[in-house]
Amino acid sequence: MGEWWTTETSMENYEISSISHGTMSPSRRNNLVSMFSFPLAKSSYSMISAFCTEDNIPQCVSYVNQELASLGLSSTCIEAIQPGGASLNTVPALNAMYELLQIHRRNMCNLEELEREQLRKSSTLEHVQMSNSRLKDQLELSIREKSGLHETERQLQLKIKTLQSCLKTEKDEVQKLQSVIASRASQYSHDAKRKEREAAKLKERLSQLLVDRKDKKLAIDVLNCLGRSDGKRRHWKTTKASSSHEGDMYKSLLSDYEASQRSLMLENAELKKVLQQMKKEMMHILSPRQPSARGATADDSQEQADLDGEEKAGDTSRESLDQYCEHAREQLTNSIRQQWRKLRNHVEKLDSQASQAQNQLESNKEVIPLEAHEDEMERMRCEVQQCKEFIHAQQQLLQQQLNTSFDDETAALLNDCYTLEEKERLKEEWRLFEEQKRNFERERKNFTEAAIRLGREKKAFEEDRASWLKNQFLNMTPFSHRRRCSSSDAQSALSIRSEPEIRMSSVKAQPAKSSAYTTFSTPKPSQSAAVPSTAELYRTLRLRPDSSSSRHSNRGRWQESSSIDDGETRLKSKHRLSIFSLGEDENSLT
Amino acid sequence: MNFSEVFKQTNQLCKVSPDGKYLATCVQYRLVVRDVSTLQILQLYTCLDQVSHMEWSSDSLFILCAMYNRGLVQVWSLEQPDWHCKIDEGSIGLVSSRWSPDGRHILNTTEFHLRVTVWSLCTKAVSYIKYPKACQKGVDFSRDGRYMALAERRDCKDYVCVFVCDDWHLLRHFETETQDLAGLEWSPNGCVLAVWDSCLEYKVLLYSLDGRLLSTYSAYEWSLGVKSVSWSPSSQFLAIGSYDEKVRILNHITWKKITQLEHPAVIDNTKATVYKEVEKRPGVGSDEMSLHSITMGTTLFNTQSKYEICPLPVQIPVVKPDPDRANPKIGISVLAFSSDSRYLATKNDNMATAVWVWDMQKMSLEAVLEQTSAVRCFQWDPQRPRLALCTGNTKLYLWSPGGCVSVQVPTEGGFQVQSLNWHCSGNSLILLGKDQLCLCYMDTDQEDK
Repeated sequence: MGEWWTTETSMENYEISSISHGTMSPSRRNNLVSMFSFPLAKSSYSMISAFCTEDNIPQCVSYVNQELASLGLSSTCIEAIQPGGASLNTVPALNAMYELLQIHRRNMCNLEELEREQLRKSSTLEHVQMSNSRLKDQLELSIREKSGLHETERQLQLKIKTLQSCLKTEKDEVQKLQSVIASRASQYSHDAKRKEREAAKLKERLSQLLVDRKDKKLAIDVLNCLGRSDGKRRHWKTTKASSSHEGDMYKSLLSDYEASQRSLMLENAELKKVLQQMKKEMMHILSPRQPSARGATADDSQEQADLDGEEKAGDTSRESLDQYCEHAREQLTNSIRQQWRKLRNHVEKLDSQASQAQNQLESNKEVIPLEAHEDEMERMRCEVQQCKEFIHAQQQLLQQQLNTSFDDETAALLNDCYTLEEKERLKEEWRLFEEQKRNFERERKNFTEAAIRLGREKKAFEEDRASWLKNQFLNMTPFSHRRRCSSSDAQSALSIRSEPEIRMSSVKAQPAKSSAYTTFSTPKPSQSAAVPSTAELYRTLRLRPDSSSSRHSNRGRWQESSSIDDGETRLKSKHRLSIFSLGEDENSLT
Repeated sequence: MNFSEVFKQTNQLCKVSPDGKYLATCVQYRLVVRDVSTLQILQLYTCLDQVSHMEWSSDSLFILCAMYNRGLVQVWSLEQPDWHCKIDEGSIGLVSSRWSPDGRHILNTTEFHLRVTVWSLCTKAVSYIKYPKACQKGVDFSRDGRYMALAERRDCKDYVCVFVCDDWHLLRHFETETQDLAGLEWSPNGCVLAVWDSCLEYKVLLYSLDGRLLSTYSAYEWSLGVKSVSWSPSSQFLAIGSYDEKVRILNHITWKKITQLEHPAVIDNTKATVYKEVEKRPGVGSDEMSLHSITMGTTLFNTQSKYEICPLPVQIPVVKPDPDRANPKIGISVLAFSSDSRYLATKNDNMATAVWVWDMQKMSLEAVLEQTSAVRCFQWDPQRPRLALCTGNTKLYLWSPGGCVSVQVPTEGGFQVQSLNWHCSGNSLILLGKDQLCLCYMDTDQEDK
């Protein structure tokens, strides 16, 4: 950027000088293309012999006319006042010059534009190239990645293959093992059976042997035989006895079944009772509602029929408790089922109604708010305020009471406590204040610095302006030597600045440049244009970012932001005022 | 709660007569009968050898003393002290001896389960039942004493014989659909017989008295199955404990599963109360270290314990069973219904320190008692919903719906409760140590209040 601007300024200078050259030596126009090599041109000027001398004025005039005609400026024709005389007719010459200057300026503009375009293009090209290379890199990278992924995929596939083969072998193994287990199990069971048979045989044999041996020891030795516990004599084993045993068994089974049936009957009866009661209650609940609930007449009649049927069913079911007939039971269950269905529908309806009502309520709630909400909020705030006041009052009262009621020591202690607290708070405030003060100080320093800088700049500008004015003034007058040296002076004045200053002045240079053009066409007192606007001043002095940054930091430090913000804005306005006053001061000083 | 003095006993042979009047204990080869209320010795019998099994007859008149290693059974009469009876099984051997429900017959099982010998004390008659099956519970009498069910193995098939106990008439004989029958049990009303398969297969079969198959229940396949089975006293439920640490409850109408009671290691059931036994040593002051306390040494070094109600969830200590060993210590090994069928107490073998009490009305966990050591034995009060348990230390633990207590047995010499038995009235409890016994009297008056 810096370089760019420097070239701008040099161009500016060149322009000025070239204009002055143009008036004096028309032959220089051909060299306009090499205007960037200005110092060279300037140095070469003295070496080239003059285009026009006292002797060849007519030739020169005709040459110039020809040239002008070739440039399409045939309307104006430079001619000598007297043919062969040394002086020219001023008006057409000046007009031609003016035209030439216009053309030149246009060309310059075009050139500048083209250059800019070219620069843009070149930068775009560079960018494109860069992105191209980057994309190439990316492509390469992704290709590499792809190949890597391919590799991993291949490996994974290999793994899968091995795993699959593993699985297959495992499965085979499992199958084999299963078959092994099965065969072993069958073998085992077979062996077990064989062993068991053998054992049974052995046992048989053993018992046989024992019996055969007539084991003398095997005996019972009872002093005298006992009577049966029930006092009866022993029965003979007869078929009668066995049948009686069977009978006993069945009797006991029967009694057991009877008992269980009785208990089941009882349970059943209980359940039936519950069912009946439920049914009754359901009917009670449902019957009065139905006429009001159902609007349609067709439904009504249907309902009525149903109801009648149910009534009948209810009656019969009541009887069925005693009769216990299949039909009645069916009816009972059917009616219960119907009732239940009805009840369920009813409950569902109620549910839906309830949900609707709730929805409505909710929607209403949604519609209501804002004002009510606000009001409520306001009310609550008031309440909170009141509460706070109340608490405060209480505290005060308490304190007073404490102060009065307690003995001196405690009072002193309490006082101490309070003062300590107060002190703490004050300290805190003091700290905040200090901080603020520091900030102010810093701010002020910034401002003074800025003002000084401004003053310096202003001075430079004034000088610049003065020199420029002088230059212009000289431009009007045919004193080329002095002007040239002054213009170089101006250039040096502008180019000496350090980098940041140049950047700052770049903003300023724009209006200066425009003023240079405008002053040419419509010479005006440039004072108003030279004085920068407030906004520019801010920008130049870097006040805005500074202030904003300070505010940020402040916010970090202080919690009560609102009051500080107010202070900040106040501060800013003050700054603004001070800037103006400073500027005025500066003006008045210069 | 009062405790009697300590008596000697051997083999933990100590039984109260069914009528609740007498207490019979065996001390090596002697049989001592005492009055329960006074604990005075009423009779003293001398057997031929050290008694290995002792049993009261159902009418509380006779006592059977079996000496398995001699193959001998001696019977004593309480009314006639000089009456005697001796049954010699001879060289065939004896592994089990029991009374028939009428108290006039003795059933002896010979070695190798060759046969069951039925001796009649009325007629001196002897009869044999062949092919009894050697299994977890091969014989069961119905509650009313009329029928006996016996598991039988013939030709590699399981059969069940139902005998009429009156005259040992074979009432029914039917094959069961089991691979390897492990046990059978009558329902308390005597009409349904539950038969279960060995642990290799989860299978429970329900037979009616007349041999009809009522229902078959199988919860799962392949893994180890039934470990314990118990009827509720009301015959309404059949509880099946299995190796998968669950208890399944079947109903008595459809014989389908009502519910399944799980025994998780972490209890987070908010309805359940978890009582955790906390041990602490009594703090002994320096001035109390007197001669007195030193003489009380045995009690001094005993730790005191109490129950604390644990906030849920509670982690129950779990011992992982060795998968390579047979009969893994996992699953529900003990099931016991309270006398009113209201509660069910269970014990999961891999959580040996915990007893689980379930409410059968709500079908939910009521309480868990987490002890400091493994639970040895627990039994319900025959009259009230009250559970007594012991863990092989010097304390007795009681649970009732109202709460839990731990009672130190105040005896000298470190009486360690290995097992316990309720008196049929529910007013006292017999505590059995290694070779001692002690009676514990409940405060009945307070209970009534």
